[in-house]
Amino acid sequence: MAEQQRPTGLGKAADYLDQRTSIGLAVKEFARKVFPDHWSFMLGEIALFSFVVLIASGFFLTMFFEPSMALVRYEGEHPASMHGQLMSAAFHSTVDMSFEVRGGLLMRQIHHWAALIFVASIVVHMFRVFFTGAFRKPREINWLVGAVMLVLALAAGFTGYSLPDDVLSGNGLRIIDGVVKSIPVIGSFTSFLVFGGEFPGEHIVPRLFTLHIFVIPGLLIALIALHLFLMVLQKHTQYPGGGRTDKNVVGYPAMPVYVAKMTGNFFIVAGVLALMGATMSINNVWNYGPYDPSPVSAGTQPDWYILFVDGALRLMPGPGWEWVIGGYTLSMNLLIPALIVPGILFTLLFGWPFLEAKVTGDHREHHVLDRPRNRPVRTAMGVALLVAFVVCALAATNDLIATHFSLDIFAITWVLRVLLFVGPVFAFWLTKRVCLGLQRKDRELVLHGHESGRIVRFANGEYVEVHTPLDEEERWLRVNYDSPAPLEITPLTDARGVRRKGYRSDRRWQKVSRFFYEDRVSPVTPAELEAAHSHGQHDTIEAKEPTGAGSVAGQRRRR
Amino acid sequence: MKALAARRHHRMAPVVLLLLALLTTGGIYAALAPSTAKAETVSTADIETGKKLFQANCATCHGPNAEGTDGVPSLVGVGAASVDFQVSTGRMPMQTNGPQALAKPPQFNEEQTAALAGYVASLGAGPAIPTDEQVDASLGDPSNGMALFRTNCAMCHNAVGAGGALSEGKFAPALWETSERNIYQAMQTGPQSMPVFNDANITPDEKRDIVSFLVEQREGSAGGNALGALGPVSEGLWAFVIGLGLLIGAAVWIGAKSS
Repeated sequence: MAEQQRPTGLGKAADYLDQRTSIGLAVKEFARKVFPDHWSFMLGEIALFSFVVLIASGFFLTMFFEPSMALVRYEGEHPASMHGQLMSAAFHSTVDMSFEVRGGLLMRQIHHWAALIFVASIVVHMFRVFFTGAFRKPREINWLVGAVMLVLALAAGFTGYSLPDDVLSGNGLRIIDGVVKSIPVIGSFTSFLVFGGEFPGEHIVPRLFTLHIFVIPGLLIALIALHLFLMVLQKHTQYPGGGRTDKNVVGYPAMPVYVAKMTGNFFIVAGVLALMGATMSINNVWNYGPYDPSPVSAGTQPDWYILFVDGALRLMPGPGWEWVIGGYTLSMNLLIPALIVPGILFTLLFGWPFLEAKVTGDHREHHVLDRPRNRPVRTAMGVALLVAFVVCALAATNDLIATHFSLDIFAITWVLRVLLFVGPVFAFWLTKRVCLGLQRKDRELVLHGHESGRIVRFANGEYVEVHTPLDEEERWLRVNYDSPAPLEITPLTDARGVRRKGYRSDRRWQKVSRFFYEDRVSPVTPAELEAAHSHGQHDTIEAKEPTGAGSVAGQRRRR
Repeated sequence: MKALAARRHHRMAPVVLLLLALLTTGGIYAALAPSTAKAETVSTADIETGKKLFQANCATCHGPNAEGTDGVPSLVGVGAASVDFQVSTGRMPMQTNGPQALAKPPQFNEEQTAALAGYVASLGAGPAIPTDEQVDASLGDPSNGMALFRTNCAMCHNAVGAGGALSEGKFAPALWETSERNIYQAMQTGPQSMPVFNDANITPDEKRDIVSFLVEQREGSAGGNALGALGPVSEGLWAFVIGLGLLIGAAVWIGAKSS
């Protein structure tokens, strides 16, 4: 019998709270919540923790930033290149907080690095979710929540990038202004609405400030809460493996294992961001100077996550794509790269779970993740998208590639123009082949086991290599997956020759489904495994008592 | 000595030896390498020497009397500043044909360069080599230089002079290592793709302000490593390589820790 413990101070306080709120039940429930273990499940955590760092450092920055475009003169001594210059109050306060406020520059740099890492970790996290099929039912809504958060993260990044009102950010806003103006009919009105008159006006910084510190983070916090709530509610997905099914969760309890791991990870994220902020300079706005619409310096690029739009703009041929229709100009050379390209990207992003469910004819719940190889077309599409993204991002850096690798900037542009179309197709084909190849390799392994490297010679002179069978865990991983076949549809006419509605739409979907699942390698069935086993044993017996009978018996051999 | 002898088979011994060897060679090089001498004013007597040098090294392309040939500019009236810039940065004599003449270790020493400059200057009036006072960065106003640089230079040379790309393989070089005199001369004479910024366009004082701004940039960034001062692209690259690299590494490590 355990001795009755004297209540501690903490215990008393907890009891007081519990008697009034029954919070003990929630703590008990949550502390025992089981999470599966894998490093890639921590990618989203990195995003969450960099968001926490963003909020904390951003809070500090708002204490010193002045969101105003009123003209002031900089009287500070540092940096010397800014002394006495006319600038907006926003730029003034940015320089001032960097050079006069203790820790201000560190906080600014931490904030900016955290922003880059925030978006980067979101993207990597999304790729993990995409390639492992974690967006399937019941998690489609959570995928959408995540995708909206990605858009908000980009918006947060862009509004923040534009706040200091330096030449670099002003150039970025000018591009946005041009893109907005290229929208047919409403373009110029929208631009005037956004900027409160002709670009740049005097309103854009305060407006972006409100969005950046209030609207966007508010929405992000709400969506993060929803994202995490849904994750807890639906339980975390798990990688395939022995004993893991769609009906269970194999892992460790939140308390103490994940509480410890998460706390550790938080300090690592905060530490790495602080280290970066302390040692690597980022966005030295005084290098660019206060905004003035006339200068555009070489090497003007957006932060990495907008690079693909900038790159698409640089790849788009100019002449011949500006159509004048009835006295109105339609700038296809802006519309295509700046609105249609991101439009395609985000449509794919938002629509994918639904597209895949439709062409798979899949209405089941999934809690066990896919190995990327087992969904060749999905994996190949992801890689193709990544290649297109990287090609566009590289195009935005064409001037730096040219100077750093002594290349001709026009040649780079042409190579990337071709690559933008050829690269994703090639990447798709290659990835799909690699996936199918890996699946065949898995089949082979399951049916015949590992090569042991042990060669046995029988009395009749025949040589065989002994294969070791896979253990249960290894086999489970390789045979326990769905390999969907293309959709089967009901024929056009029924038994009595009556045509049915919706046949043509079904046919179209079937075609898409064939694209997804025509090439498939099905997992080894128990019957096939049995056949392979007996075949091997049959061989062994036929080999007329091999010399090393004891060691070979029970081992399977290659067919 | 005994302790040293005992450790000579230590596995770190070769590394230590290698480091010592590198240190020694580096030290000797630093001590003995030719240092750049001060530019001198050239006397008229040197013009003859300059002419001889010109005819031996430059006349093939620029013509025996510097009158220029097909596709090669005449040097009459380019002035001493232009010759000094081109020759002291090693761009001339040109080594190979390419999108543009590249800077390389200069082929001529200070006196020879001065003689060549004197000879070309004697052919026709042109911008003279700036005086030391004209290019003294400490006398300039970096703030005004910043404003001028931003408006006139940054579109090719990058906001702080880190360099940038031009068309067809040509480029505006980085200005980190360019001497104050050469920066000034480049503005005066507009070498290669660069436009001329004459004294009416940017006054000598303003040119010095620009030099002063560029020299200030060499002190590095207040925020730590400047990452090449290339802007968001290099920042994004390092965010992935260092930031996300460390964080994913840490995630793998935490994930591998037994629970």
